[in-house]
Amino acid sequence: MAEVQSVETAPAERLERIWGTEPGLFGILGTVDHKTIGKRYLVTALAFLLIGGVEAMAMRAQLAGPDLALLSPEEYDQLFSLHGTTMIFWYALPILSGFSNYIWPLLIGSRDMAYPRVNALSYWLFLASGIFLYTSPFLGQAPNAGWFAYAPYTLRQYNPGLNMDFYALALIFLTVSTTVGAINFIGTVMKMRAPGMSLNRMPIFMYGTMTASFASIFALPSLSVALVFLYLERRFGFPFYDPAGGGHPLLWQHLFWIFGHPWVYIIVLPAMGIVSEVIPTFARRPLVGYTLVAMATVATGIIGFGVWVHHMFATGLPPLSLSFFSGASLLIVIPSGIAVFAWIATIWTGRPVFRTPMLFATGFIVLFVIGGVSGVVTAAVPYDWQVTDTYFVVAHLHYVLIGINLFGVMAGFYYWFPKMTGRLLDERLGKWNFWVMFVGFNLGFFPMHIAGLLGMPRRVYTYPAGLGWDGLNLLTTIGSYLFALGILLFLINVARSRRHGESAGPNPWDGGTLEWATPSPPPPYNFAVIPTVRSGYPLWEDRLGRLRGAAAARSVVTRGPVLDQGRETVDTSALDADPVAVLRMPQDSLWPFLLAVATSVAFYGAVFGAWWLAGLGALGIVATILGWLWPRSLEGGAVA
Amino acid sequence: MSTTTFPAATLSLGNRFDRSPGWWAMVWTIVTEASLFAYLLFSYFYLASQARAPWPPRGPLSLELALPNTVLLILSSVAVIWAERGIRRGDQRRLRIGLLVGFLLGLAFIVIQGIEWSDQPFGPRSNAYGALFFTITGFHGAHVIVGLLMLLAVQVWAWMGTFTEERHLGVTNAAMYWHFVDVVWLFVFTSLYLSPRFA
Ligand code: HEM
Repeated sequence: MAEVQSVETAPAERLERIWGTEPGLFGILGTVDHKTIGKRYLVTALAFLLIGGVEAMAMRAQLAGPDLALLSPEEYDQLFSLHGTTMIFWYALPILSGFSNYIWPLLIGSRDMAYPRVNALSYWLFLASGIFLYTSPFLGQAPNAGWFAYAPYTLRQYNPGLNMDFYALALIFLTVSTTVGAINFIGTVMKMRAPGMSLNRMPIFMYGTMTASFASIFALPSLSVALVFLYLERRFGFPFYDPAGGGHPLLWQHLFWIFGHPWVYIIVLPAMGIVSEVIPTFARRPLVGYTLVAMATVATGIIGFGVWVHHMFATGLPPLSLSFFSGASLLIVIPSGIAVFAWIATIWTGRPVFRTPMLFATGFIVLFVIGGVSGVVTAAVPYDWQVTDTYFVVAHLHYVLIGINLFGVMAGFYYWFPKMTGRLLDERLGKWNFWVMFVGFNLGFFPMHIAGLLGMPRRVYTYPAGLGWDGLNLLTTIGSYLFALGILLFLINVARSRRHGESAGPNPWDGGTLEWATPSPPPPYNFAVIPTVRSGYPLWEDRLGRLRGAAAARSVVTRGPVLDQGRETVDTSALDADPVAVLRMPQDSLWPFLLAVATSVAFYGAVFGAWWLAGLGALGIVATILGWLWPRSLEGGAVA
Repeated sequence: MSTTTFPAATLSLGNRFDRSPGWWAMVWTIVTEASLFAYLLFSYFYLASQARAPWPPRGPLSLELALPNTVLLILSSVAVIWAERGIRRGDQRRLRIGLLVGFLLGLAFIVIQGIEWSDQPFGPRSNAYGALFFTITGFHGAHVIVGLLMLLAVQVWAWMGTFTEERHLGVTNAAMYWHFVDVVWLFVFTSLYLSPRFA
């Protein structure tokens, strides 16, 4: 079992049989292959981006000119609330989790994530919670209090209907998914790295998602508490937020922003990680300042919590009027400055090749700087008072979110699509894709800054003519539609290249990290032999070695133990990645899917107040967990 | 080439030992759950600090039931520790008896907690204090019930002979969770029952 073999002689068919997923319904619902789960995450999150995008298009149509009446005020309320909630929660993090799920094991030379069934669970819960959220618009009762849902406007007496019950429960539902997903990422980063991949050889993308995951498990419970309170108050009249009963509406704001400050880092750090992978490959050199960037990443995650502490202890309550994005942006300046300079230095001292992934990565840097500047500007309090709740904030938050989430995501798609499908995305269409998005975005969102300075408030469903906003809004709408066209080009590119794209081969970009050592697309077992790692860029050692005259220990990716007595991979120690044990990984399983179904039943019961249904769901949850954990002989998985 | 690969043949097999991925899964679950209780208690102290009426509205809660109940819960943890130490030496009898005693003490705790709830002159709708009292102890009670289910499952598996001297991660994880539930109770007890006496 443990004999060292070379990639050529490894029993590929046997491994294929061990790791492959059965065809048919069982395979579809039961697979725990991280690559399948990762792709599902990506596709589902992309679908939410499109849904949120359509909502945005509707809003921009309504705002294209003064006094339009395409949408009623209530419809507009629901649209921006649903748009913000969808984008922030069901798109921005899940899409990054999709990349992490797909790429991580390949990047670290492992055969799977630490908890494959938990991984499947995390996906099914994500999907189910999204379906749950999107039940509400079909009942005409979508969330309507903005994405941060301030009390007391969310309380039943001011907001009857199920709108905010859906909001509260859908988010609690998603939180469960995100939390188990985060635990899976942390377990993977700690235990699953190939032998020799010590922490100082671990790719920055790992640091990004790892930091986001740690921040998630500390921050998300705060959101959960806020939402449980909201639900209990709305449904049962527990007065947490209502001053009449001794509650306090600011309790919501505290709990929400304790979570919210870290959250903005959670949804950008992995994207920064993606860019830190893309740039070295196309600059044809290792990342400059690797250690600093790794430390800055972790520091950013910690600062995310510090911002809130500063709010709480230094000044008491009032300063919460500061816009959250601006407050956060002030402190992010130092670590993100480090990252930006490291990227620029890498490009500067390298021999950059501007293929599409690199274009998006460069666009990412540019938008990062613009978004950063407008953020720092708003962090000045008197200035903030001028612009809070105006379109300036809308402009700023889109620069942050689209600039340093979506552009990073696009870079990731162009970069890793060949790995996932074996085919390259079309380069010409890709360049069009980039320029249309980049120009459309700036055309659409830059004028919002000005509209904001001219006093246009956010969250208005229309505006009268003659305030000097008309031209700016028309421009914004045109730019938005151009931007959307850019995304359409991307979809066309994916649809075409999936079948007809140029064949990629294992390493189309001549990258230096481990995922490029596997075939494209990788087989179910990822690596025929377990690699051993001795540097941050195992595939570039020949070249770098020659450059630096270093002949230190080399990574070995073509020879190693096969481990073919079952679904086996290596467990390594957390810091140095010394091999500790051979792990037996779990088989495909229906339990994660069934658990997500049971959870859905419970949540539908809770939102409609059908307690028998909620009870049924709860029983189902207990039963599926028991079935899941029921001990099997040495077949794998933790008995937890 | 100065390094080859590593000697996989010498490694142990499986996923059921301390510091294994399965063990860490429980550790991080506990960390995130502990944060949840931290935010619950934060909310309690925040609303206390903002309260215009006396807090708690009717003076500090009685310790008559809560104090002995706390002792019960600690004893149940001791029993579970005893059981886990047992299986580490391969002692199946100790495992089963310890788990059973721990379970029964935990069950007693939850029953007494029920009496404590029904004895209160206020309800969760009366005021913010009541809402917090019932929500926080309710959350804790729910965790006790989950812990009891774990102890029960592990008990059944112990009778099936699942656990051995080397492989008993299920016991270790259930025990960790149970101790966590107990430690959280000490925080809840200190915050809700003791702190108003010193305020
Ligand atoms: C096609 C691209 C997009 C367009 C045209 C667009 C447009 C808009 C518009 C018109 C609003 C409402 C402004 C108001 O009335 O106050 C809005 C709000 C918002 N958008 Fe977008 N958006 C786009 C993409 C995104 C993305 C990708 C994200 C996040 C990843 C995002 C996050 C938000 C958030 C958080 C809000 C605030 C919602 C609230 O006020 O509660 N948007 N967007």
